[in-house]
Amino acid sequence: MTTVDMRYTGSALDRVEGLEKVTGRARYAFENFPADLVYAVPVQAAIARGEIRAVDVDAVLEHPGVIAAIWYGNAPRLVPSDNADLAVFQSRRVAYRGQYIAVVVAETYEEAKEAARLLRVEYAAEDHDVRLRADHPNMYRPEKVNPNYPTDTEHGDPDTALTVAPVLVDATYSTPAEHNNPMEPHATVAEWDGDALTLYDSTQGASGVRDTVAPLFGVPPANVRVISPHVGGGFGSKGGPSPYVIIAALAARHVGRPVKLAVTRQQMFAVTGYRTPTIQRVRLGANADGRLTAIVHDAFEQSSTITEFAEQTTTPTRIMYAAPHRRTTHRLVRLDVPTPSWMRAPGECPGMFALESAMDELAIACQIDPVELRIRNEPDADPESGLPFSSRNLVACLREGARRFGWADRDPAPGVRRRDRLLIGTGVAASTYPVYRRPSQATAQAHRDGRFTVRIAAADIGTGARTVLTQIAADTLRTSPDQVLVEIGDSALPAASLAGGSMGTASWGTAVVRACEALVEGLDRRDGDLPAAGMESSADTTEEIGAQRRLSRHAFGAQFAEVGVDTDTGETRVLRLLGVFAAGRIINPKTARSQFIGGMTMGLSMALFEESIMDLEFGDYLNRDLAQYHVAACADVRDIEALWVEEDDPHLNPMGTKGIGEIGIVGTAAAVANAVHHATGVRIRDLPIRLDKLMR
Amino acid sequence: MRVTFTVNGSQQTVDDVWEGESLLYVLRERCGLPGSKNACEQGECGSCTVYLDGSPVCACLVAAGQAEGRTVRTVEGLSDTGLDPVQEAFLDAGAVQCGFCTPGLIVQAHDLLERVPDPEDAEIREALAGNLCRCTGYEKILDAVRLAAARRTAK
Amino acid sequence: MRPFAYERATDVRSAVATLSERPDAVYLGGGTNLVDLMRLGVVSPEMLVDVTRVVDATIEESAGGGLLIGAGVRNGDLTADPLVRGRYPVLAQAVLSGASGQIRNMATVGGNLLQRTRCSYFQDTSKPCNKRRPGSGCPAREGDHRNLAILGHSSSCVATHPSDMAVALAALGAVVHVEGRHGPRTVPMPGLHRLPGDEPDRDTVLEPGDLITAVELPELPFATRSRYRKVRDRASFAFAVVSVAAALDVADGVVRDCRIALGGVAPVPWRAELAESALRGAAATAAEFGRAADIELAQARPLRDNGFKVPLARNVLVGVLTDLAEAR
Repeated sequence: MTTVDMRYTGSALDRVEGLEKVTGRARYAFENFPADLVYAVPVQAAIARGEIRAVDVDAVLEHPGVIAAIWYGNAPRLVPSDNADLAVFQSRRVAYRGQYIAVVVAETYEEAKEAARLLRVEYAAEDHDVRLRADHPNMYRPEKVNPNYPTDTEHGDPDTALTVAPVLVDATYSTPAEHNNPMEPHATVAEWDGDALTLYDSTQGASGVRDTVAPLFGVPPANVRVISPHVGGGFGSKGGPSPYVIIAALAARHVGRPVKLAVTRQQMFAVTGYRTPTIQRVRLGANADGRLTAIVHDAFEQSSTITEFAEQTTTPTRIMYAAPHRRTTHRLVRLDVPTPSWMRAPGECPGMFALESAMDELAIACQIDPVELRIRNEPDADPESGLPFSSRNLVACLREGARRFGWADRDPAPGVRRRDRLLIGTGVAASTYPVYRRPSQATAQAHRDGRFTVRIAAADIGTGARTVLTQIAADTLRTSPDQVLVEIGDSALPAASLAGGSMGTASWGTAVVRACEALVEGLDRRDGDLPAAGMESSADTTEEIGAQRRLSRHAFGAQFAEVGVDTDTGETRVLRLLGVFAAGRIINPKTARSQFIGGMTMGLSMALFEESIMDLEFGDYLNRDLAQYHVAACADVRDIEALWVEEDDPHLNPMGTKGIGEIGIVGTAAAVANAVHHATGVRIRDLPIRLDKLMR
Repeated sequence: MRVTFTVNGSQQTVDDVWEGESLLYVLRERCGLPGSKNACEQGECGSCTVYLDGSPVCACLVAAGQAEGRTVRTVEGLSDTGLDPVQEAFLDAGAVQCGFCTPGLIVQAHDLLERVPDPEDAEIREALAGNLCRCTGYEKILDAVRLAAARRTAK
Repeated sequence: MRPFAYERATDVRSAVATLSERPDAVYLGGGTNLVDLMRLGVVSPEMLVDVTRVVDATIEESAGGGLLIGAGVRNGDLTADPLVRGRYPVLAQAVLSGASGQIRNMATVGGNLLQRTRCSYFQDTSKPCNKRRPGSGCPAREGDHRNLAILGHSSSCVATHPSDMAVALAALGAVVHVEGRHGPRTVPMPGLHRLPGDEPDRDTVLEPGDLITAVELPELPFATRSRYRKVRDRASFAFAVVSVAAALDVADGVVRDCRIALGGVAPVPWRAELAESALRGAAATAAEFGRAADIELAQARPLRDNGFKVPLARNVLVGVLTDLAEAR
């Protein structure tokens, strides 16, 4: 595999669109104003299960400014697809409380909003079931788990191994539903011109939105253009089109004018995805020296009655530690709830909270230092597939982290370190995330003035994608970044995979490198003599990625936390957080550090605050705003640091990268919970670590 | 109703404003100033922070009528010439990711440094308590404010 | 938001006259809570009378040796005021612990006192709530009430009052100046806010048309030794789970006098009068502070999921009083 010559890759180039963002000039989806536009405000179901009997739109239509009120009774029919969540207004059924069941279109946003409140809906409500429990009678085994992993795995005889193990940890952990809450609420502006649709959308993947939306309206993908130059965060929730996009397009077609639609923060808690709550039982069998003999990890999760989304919660357990006997399972129950979806490190994030908490419990049971315990169980090869790891530097991360954190003198006794009113403790946990890569296309164009344009329908949701692609292109083109313009965020550009699965840089970077290499080759052939129109080369990485050698490719990391727990109040504050990661080559230390720290902070937030509370009586998430759903604020993040160990892995991609968007959140919550145990002697197995759980 | 106010140094008259519209809505949808962001509409995230008569407020909670006759300054109007030092520091420190919280944070940090030229970390955290960021983990934002403070005092 | 008329008051009397005649009208101060509630559809007044330019926005010494704080004073200015900080640190700390800088720059003293509860059900118009729609029911009692009341609640409402400032004012025994239909009058704190009983829609004793014009702090020399401590789920920008406002006068190891109020535990800022009387004349020791706290909290009737607030309030109360006793 050819590798990029490292000149600008590896340097701390400033974010290329930073100037637009600090001056307020960067345009996000809702900030597009096509002529003659109108506003759409969707209406949510007020029952969790049942049928819409009738909708009274008279009062709505009489309201000043109202142009249309659309629901099942008058909505145009969409072409059926395999994503039933997108079949908006195609049925009388209500599958969850808060589901979009109608939309009001008016001349102004406020008119649409007020009119939407006047919509009267008559329901035939049915009893709902919204409570996840491991012993739910409707638990079943899904065919596969997201995105395409086997549901269960088993090696050896774990049951017998657990029975005979000298040391046994058997504990059940739970993580609550959590909502992605990117700062920019989902929004779209939809405009039809005949049979051609333009969507200014807040999305993690313009190509994917185009390919999903077009068939619903019976038009070829080429008729749909999705424009998305700046996206205010996504964390998975903007991975595919949510119902709001379809509603905007449907409404725009219905009224014959461009339609603007923004999901409100409150609505986001029902209609834009979330992390499934999980219940996880982890059983670890070990010898007295801490060497694992058996690992069993069973997860119980929920999905909606509309669509199956099965989170891959126990998949990290398949690769983390050596043990001859092992089993992982996933069970799912379909409840009257919104469909869960991707949220930053789906699977790894909740799964590693359970596994890494259990490892801490095992360390205590065996009286072994938790760093040493992990090192002792380091596998030589992928413990389930048997494949070699392309590279694996968990041990280096643990050792480097322990050194930097000052772990060596740690007294393992819990509940004995006091500083004023605080009990102090430290904890460690491992992190991991798979290395994915998906086919993408790109073009590279040379202009006569010596400048270049690189085009790919990538998305920069705040990751720094535009910046690192500029660096990668500059190096491949043997020029400097200021000579390269990278155009992204538009489905009219060469098709690309979405910004998800920490695979953006790997997927898009490969396509950019190949397109730029082809251009350089062409330029060399012509000896630099360019035609007036410049010269363009393109690349499609489908074949290259299809031919890649089978290896176990994963990033690893270690997180160290120090917490203070107030003995009067149970308030837990994270005093120090250190993450050390082995994630291949780092293209831009400036944007990468921010990604790692941002992930760790979201992990801290998950550890201490985040919880979407299901209201059992009404069947919806109750705390649906940023005052009630707490995310970490500035004062919650004190001393936080992210480092990485150099990795030179030739089996990845031309850049040698592993992806860094998600690994930062993996393991953080366990490190914090383990530190809380060290501080107080109280083991919190159910997130978040709220003060009432520590109040005595 | 008609609302007349001064925005970024120039007087603006906006007609047909409905009483229920917020200052944020008027700025974004009627004045062509979408720099201030709408992320919660409840004053819970600070993304819409603008100066109102010299004090930073959440524009989403200001009823349009409350702005009558007053002076508003948004991220678009922080500097007449090039970049304000706070904007520059956000760029240099790498404090920007998705950029959606950025305009509000910059206005809020700008106000802090106007009042407290050399703030302690605790003062920065308190001043920025109402500005949520989901990407950066705040660390680089703190760096940016420290950097802007250092540059201002050096001048 | 339902359409409404917006009017800028020209003077206090005419504002009061307008509201006295129009039960569908409300005063607009900083608007940080009202505008939010209107957008949520929780309240739908047909007229807003903006009083921010007519109510006094200054802080001055009162004839009685205390401070007279105009109802239009912004929360941000209140926390920064040197007189407040010097003489009533508990008040400055309480206000500073509430909301965010941006909100404090808008919010007024009068409006802060009249904040509505942040109970999730109250804010969600798709669900019943006796405070929002009398007689519709209280789902919080059986639903999510982890952060709701343990004291003073009724079968019809278990909400808490959200203000930090009001807790400090209740402790200090502030007097609220009100301009009403029949002229000016004063309402003591505690006493402005009322327990829900079977009328939870009425948060305060104010009558239609009443406008808060000022808050007067009594002379209380020992309030220089006062403190506000707020327990919350994150380090900043969160409503209180439990808070304590306290001022302590100790001489020779004996409590001469004290003022205590609790926040986050009741539908009103909860003046801990039983604890206060138990402490006057008692030794200023942690044991006595604990005994006083126990006496106060013996009245608590926790709900299914908020029993933790009883020991929490006890711990914080003992902690704050101990700190105050040890100060200087």
